[in-house]
Amino acid sequence: MIRRQRLAAGVCALLAALTAGLAVPSTAVADETEQPAPKVELVLDVSGSMRARDIDGGSRMAAAKQAFNEVLDATPEEVQLGIRTLGANYRGNDRITGCKDTAQLYPVGPLNRTEAKTAVATLAPTGWTPIGPALQKAAADLDGGDGTRRIVLISDGEDTCQPLDPCEVAREIAAKGIGLTIDTLGLVPDAKTRDQLSCIADATGGTYTDVRHKEELSDRVGELVDRAADPVVTPVATEGAAECAKAPSLKSGLYTDREEFGRQRWYKVDVDPGQELRASVSVADDRAVNPDYGVLLRAVTVHGREIVRGEAAGTGRTDVISTGLRYPKPESDDDTATAETVCLQVTNSFSAAAGVKTSPGLPLELTVDVVDGPSKAGDVASFGLGRGWWLLGALVLAGFLAGLLWGWLSRWRVAVWRTN
Amino acid sequence: MRITRVLSTALLALGLAAGPAAADSSPSPSATDDGKAPTRAGTSFRTATEIEQGQQATASGSTGDYLYWSFPADAGQRPTVKATVKLPATHGTQNWQIDVYDGLRRRQSCQYGAATRTAAEGASSVELACVLRTVRAWSEPWANDPLPGTYYVRLTVVDLGASDLGQPVSAEVRVDSKDIGGAAAVDGSLAEPLVPGVAVKSQAKEDDAKTAVLSSLEPDDGWSSGWWSDRWVWTAIGGMLAALAGIGGYALTRGSGRPSRVPSNV
Repeated sequence: MIRRQRLAAGVCALLAALTAGLAVPSTAVADETEQPAPKVELVLDVSGSMRARDIDGGSRMAAAKQAFNEVLDATPEEVQLGIRTLGANYRGNDRITGCKDTAQLYPVGPLNRTEAKTAVATLAPTGWTPIGPALQKAAADLDGGDGTRRIVLISDGEDTCQPLDPCEVAREIAAKGIGLTIDTLGLVPDAKTRDQLSCIADATGGTYTDVRHKEELSDRVGELVDRAADPVVTPVATEGAAECAKAPSLKSGLYTDREEFGRQRWYKVDVDPGQELRASVSVADDRAVNPDYGVLLRAVTVHGREIVRGEAAGTGRTDVISTGLRYPKPESDDDTATAETVCLQVTNSFSAAAGVKTSPGLPLELTVDVVDGPSKAGDVASFGLGRGWWLLGALVLAGFLAGLLWGWLSRWRVAVWRTN
Repeated sequence: MRITRVLSTALLALGLAAGPAAADSSPSPSATDDGKAPTRAGTSFRTATEIEQGQQATASGSTGDYLYWSFPADAGQRPTVKATVKLPATHGTQNWQIDVYDGLRRRQSCQYGAATRTAAEGASSVELACVLRTVRAWSEPWANDPLPGTYYVRLTVVDLGASDLGQPVSAEVRVDSKDIGGAAAVDGSLAEPLVPGVAVKSQAKEDDAKTAVLSSLEPDDGWSSGWWSDRWVWTAIGGMLAALAGIGGYALTRGSGRPSRVPSNV
């Protein structure tokens, strides 16, 4: 069935191409909509501790500079790259001033390698480590556009600007639903730094890497920048309701939302007769949660009858827990049959220890696909056909018996005819 | 009598014709080592790196990363996912795991294979494997059976000491599948394979726009349309044998040649 559809589509495309080619031969170039430019901002810690000479005999700063030079050389054309520093300018001891010390070294935009490299060369280890404010500013730098957004944070120490927890900042940035990922790299980190940086990464679905050698740093940053260049579907932010009646109506696509612990999210999808609804949902744990969890996705009619459900449960360390369902709506003989509204209910059974913030909720990703053609089947075997030696044996036996019977019958008939 | 002979000849001819056809059409998991195997892995379902069956994909990452790949599997195949993780020189005890999810992001069980393994302290590598159930052409919407479409592989460490987080590791993943053939052939087929974003993709095709898609891979020879299985050959050969046995049974009751007691003028 699929093959036939593809063939038909191919023939249509061929015909369309032919007619287009005949009609307007001069404008043969189709105006393709370009993939929106991916944006990356490298956020570099230039605090005083970067002077420590413990990366392959050189200072941390020297390693970072070398890595930046290599990455700038290898950055793909389409990537808009920016560089932001933290703790680069203020030398004093005033915490409040020191914690505002973050500056954009090179603006996010088409990359001029020479300028960017010159800017990096001027850096010297100086001040405080205001990670939280730097992340907020970096997120603002990346504002606008539909491409993927990525912050690569390179730091060697934990944030010195409490009470603003950089981990909370990261979670709030993620909660905006703009598809921003923060990857963190720790330069020769201690346990506290590692915890903080991995917390930031987990909050946004990013990765954390521990760096102890120069090559590791440039390889990893280069890889992260390359990864940003990969075309990715950007999800659409939506907000599910607490009940079906008020739920937003969704079409085929990819959506994000936030769901708090123990809350429900409802969405609506219209399914015509003869269409199949496919939905999958992933709930990510972007903070410390208890090790046993689950997610439930239910398709419910507007009257509250459950049609089908998908459920998943898990235990241990995870990034997401996901499940899905499909609902083929049978063809209707009635031509006036209208689309059925199917309510999708998402619940999660994540839980967190006391003291863990519950808002914003956990990130939720919902894929909705409404495809044509319901699937139907009449038999466990393909077309009711059989296979195997037992089948052959049974058929042979049946054939043999039928032959015998036919032979006896005809003998009997001949005998009857002869006696008459 | 003549009809039976004609029928049996026809069936025999059909069987002979169908035999080689059956041998040809069974999709073989072809190894396409064309040197373009991916060297990166995604970090979520959305960004999963697409690999083909038979390709040896590699990726470098950090301990604690969640590495994602996706591959297509068609009806009648029984995919086996194998992963090898090379660990850093010094590390504590770690538990590594592969999880396989279908196109609806439902977790798929492994029939056998060590999907979770503990790497002892200082072990240089850990090998994981997961043999999935056979992919069926169709199943009830309420069932969790593997269906033709995209499959996701997630490789991660599930248990590790805090000091091991973020250490460089490299991973190799390979998916091969065994062709189960007609034994797993069921009636019915999906209108579209379980490929995420397939509805969006067909819309995009109409717009002729170049946009990112959730999943774009398909098997080398396209998704099977679901009507062919070797059950046709089995049933046809069975029918032929039945016809031959019928002729045999009939012949038994008749004896050989003309009965002696029938006078020659009848």
